[in-house]
Amino acid sequence: MRLHIDRTACDGRGLCAELLPELLESDEWGFPMARGSSGVPEELTRAARRAVDRCPKLAFHLAPGS
Amino acid sequence: MTSDALWFVGRGSGVISLVLLTVVVALGIGARSGRTPFDLPRFAVNLLHRNAALTAIVFLAAHIISLLIDPLAPITIFDAIFPFSSTYRPFWQGLGTLGMELMAAILLTTLFRHRLGARGWRAVHWLAYLCWPVALAHGLGTGSDNNTWWLWAITMICLAAVAAAVFWRVSPRFDPPRRRVAVRPFEEVR
Ligand code: SF4
Repeated sequence: MRLHIDRTACDGRGLCAELLPELLESDEWGFPMARGSSGVPEELTRAARRAVDRCPKLAFHLAPGS
Repeated sequence: MTSDALWFVGRGSGVISLVLLTVVVALGIGARSGRTPFDLPRFAVNLLHRNAALTAIVFLAAHIISLLIDPLAPITIFDAIFPFSSTYRPFWQGLGTLGMELMAAILLTTLFRHRLGARGWRAVHWLAYLCWPVALAHGLGTGSDNNTWWLWAITMICLAAVAAAVFWRVSPRFDPPRRRVAVRPFEEVR
């Protein structure tokens, strides 16, 4: 799975980066950035799904692929 | 359960549901498009908003079911489906039915929001601003406790909590600093 953020929908409140600090960090305006690659390791898929579920703008997705 | 117990559960769960809904609405207003109150982490406010809402729905279900099965409560399943049809305080009881249906709409669209899309989901979520005052009015108007000081006190505290959230939301302090920073580059282009 890969993280995918719809930049036009995201409003950069950083909720996803709070929930998934292993994979995301906030840039200086609060928009999420992948730390390194956007691949999601197996053990973090659950956490990633939960973060996807909480995104208030429905801007954050998991896409297939590695 | 005796009718006394049902009557007690019916009234108590209604009040608890209202208090929880107040928390949900106040958090929802406070967390809109920006900072969180008291600088709480965003995810914490988000989860509290959701969990308080789900708990409010459980208490709302208890409220409706206990009053429906209470043989002494003059409410039928018909009244719980069609607002303002009741013979018992039709307007005030009807507000309760209306509020329940608004909440059902908000719940269902939230459960299916990923399929519905952000716009549709948000549009229905706005109904919360109608649902909450309807629930508040229903509590005072139908409430068999509306001559007690404590129901008035709870209602006033709920009102104050939402008013405080609105006040905080529109106050100039609300605008998060990083927003102003983010806008500046575009302003300079002109
Ligand atoms: S939670 Fe959603 S809207 Fe918020 S920063 Fe992450 S992707 Fe953007």
